[in-house]
Amino acid sequence: MATLLDAVAATGRAVIHACRETGKVAIFAASGISHIFRPPFYGRLFLSALLEIGFFSLPVVALTAIFTGMVLALQSYTGFSRFSAEGAVANVVVLSVTRELGPVLAGLMVAGRVGAAMAAEIGTMRVTDQIDALSTLSTNPMKYLVAPRLLAGTIALPLLVVVADILGVLGGYLISTVKLGFNSANYLTRTMNFVETMDVASGLAKAAVFGFLIALMGCYQGYNSKGGAQGVGAATTSAVVAASILILAFDYVLTEMFFAR
Amino acid sequence: MSEAVPKLRLTGVRKAFGDKVVLDGIDLVVPAGTSMVVIGGSGSGKSVLLKCVLGLIEPDAGRIEIDGQDLLTLPREDRARARARIGMLFQNGALFDSLPVWENVAFGLLATGRVPRSEARSRAAEYLEQVGLAASVGELSPAELSGGMQKRVALARAIAARPDILFFDEPTTGLDPIMGAVIDGLIVDCVKRLGSTAVAITHDMASARRIGDQAAMIHRGRIIWNGPAGQLMDSGNPMVDQFTHGRREGPIQMELRR
Repeated sequence: MATLLDAVAATGRAVIHACRETGKVAIFAASGISHIFRPPFYGRLFLSALLEIGFFSLPVVALTAIFTGMVLALQSYTGFSRFSAEGAVANVVVLSVTRELGPVLAGLMVAGRVGAAMAAEIGTMRVTDQIDALSTLSTNPMKYLVAPRLLAGTIALPLLVVVADILGVLGGYLISTVKLGFNSANYLTRTMNFVETMDVASGLAKAAVFGFLIALMGCYQGYNSKGGAQGVGAATTSAVVAASILILAFDYVLTEMFFAR
Repeated sequence: MSEAVPKLRLTGVRKAFGDKVVLDGIDLVVPAGTSMVVIGGSGSGKSVLLKCVLGLIEPDAGRIEIDGQDLLTLPREDRARARARIGMLFQNGALFDSLPVWENVAFGLLATGRVPRSEARSRAAEYLEQVGLAASVGELSPAELSGGMQKRVALARAIAARPDILFFDEPTTGLDPIMGAVIDGLIVDCVKRLGSTAVAITHDMASARRIGDQAAMIHRGRIIWNGPAGQLMDSGNPMVDQFTHGRREGPIQMELRR
C-alpha cells in the first residue's frame, strides 16, 4: 500500500513540476515576444543572430536535405515498384519534402546546432554574472538577449527550409534521373503539376514555429541555468532535447490544423 | 537642526530562500560621500544584500531608500531610474566576452541611445586611461586580459556612467596582494573624483581598511557591528575581532556539514 502511495505521490509531483515548468516557459515566451515589439530595438544583435542561425546553418541543412531527397526517391521507388506505381516517386518526394521532411529535419538539425549554442552562451552569461551586469547597466536582459534571438529564429528557419525544399527535391530528381532512369522533363513536370502552394506554405509556417521554439528553448534553458559548468552543460542538453520534442509535437498539431478535414 | 538624508538607508531588510533566512532584518545607513565597507564570512548574506539594493533579488520585507526614496514602493520606471544611478563592480568582473573591451566600458553610455558610437569609443578610452590602461586595450577581447586588467576594465565600466553610488563586490578576490592594492587605490581615486558614495563588500581586511571610511560586519543576516573602518582591527566586539584577526577560536562557530 505504501509503495502504491509513493508511486502516486511521485506521479503527482512530476505532473505538478511539468505544469509549473510549462507555465514558466509560457510566461518567458510572452515576455520575450512583448519585447520584440517594444523599443529599444537591438538591430545589430538581431542581424548577428540571423547570421548565426540562418547562414551558418546552411551547410548542415543543405546536406541533410539533399541526402534525404535521395533516400526518399530510392525508398519510394523500391516500395512502389511492388505494385507498379513507380511514377508516383516525384509526387511522393515533393510532397514529403515540402510538407514534412524539409521543416522537421531542418528544425532538428538547427536545434542541435543553434539551440545548444544559445543555451551555452546565455547559460555562461548567467553563471558569470553577465546577465546581472546587463541589469545594472540599465539594459533589460530579455530585450537584449532573448527578443533578438526569438525574432531571428522565427525568420531564419523558413528561409533555411526554402533551401531545404529545393535541395530535397533536387536530391530526389538526381537519383530518379541518373540512377533510376526517369525522364528528366517528365519528372520535373510531375513535380511542378503535383505540388500546391499550400504544401510549401504549410511547411514554411511550420518552420517559423519551429524556429521560434528552438530559440525559445535555447534562451529559456540558458537564462535559467545555475550551478557553474555542470549547470550550463545540463541547460544545453535540455535545450536540444526540449526543442526536438516540441518540434515533433507541434509538427503533429500543425499538420492537424493545416490538413485534417 | 534637521538630520541630513543619507544616500542609502536599509531598514529591516529580510530575505529568505525557502527555510533559509539569509537577511534577517538588516539596518544600515550610508551617508552621502562615505565609503562603507561591509565585512562578513562566506554565506553571511553580503552578496544577497547588494543584489537586493540592485534589484536583482526582491527582498521579502524592509525598506531600501536612496536619497530618502523607498525603492521598493516606487513605480517601476522611477525605480529603474533610481537604480540607473548605481554602478557595480562584480566579483569576477562580469565583462561581456562577446564584446571588445571598449564596448564593455561604454556599454552603459550606448544603452542610453543618446551617445553616438564614435563618441562612446573616445569616452571609453578616457575611462580606460583613468584606471591605468592604454586606449589600445579597448580593441582587445576580455578573454585576452589578465585578471587584474579585467578588474580595471570592470571598474572603468562601473564609473563610465558617473554613478552616485558605487558597489564593489569582493574587488580584490583572485588578485595578488600588489594588484589588490592597485585596484583598491584606483577605487579610492575614482570614488573621490566622482564624489560618489561607495559600498564595498569584502573579507579582505587590508582591502577593507584601504577602501573604507566606515565599516559594518554582517553575521547570520544581521549587522552586528558598525563603526569607523580604522577601528576594524580593534573594535572591542569579540565577533569582529575574531573575524578580522582570523582566529579559529571565538564566538563565531563555522557551520560544517557532515
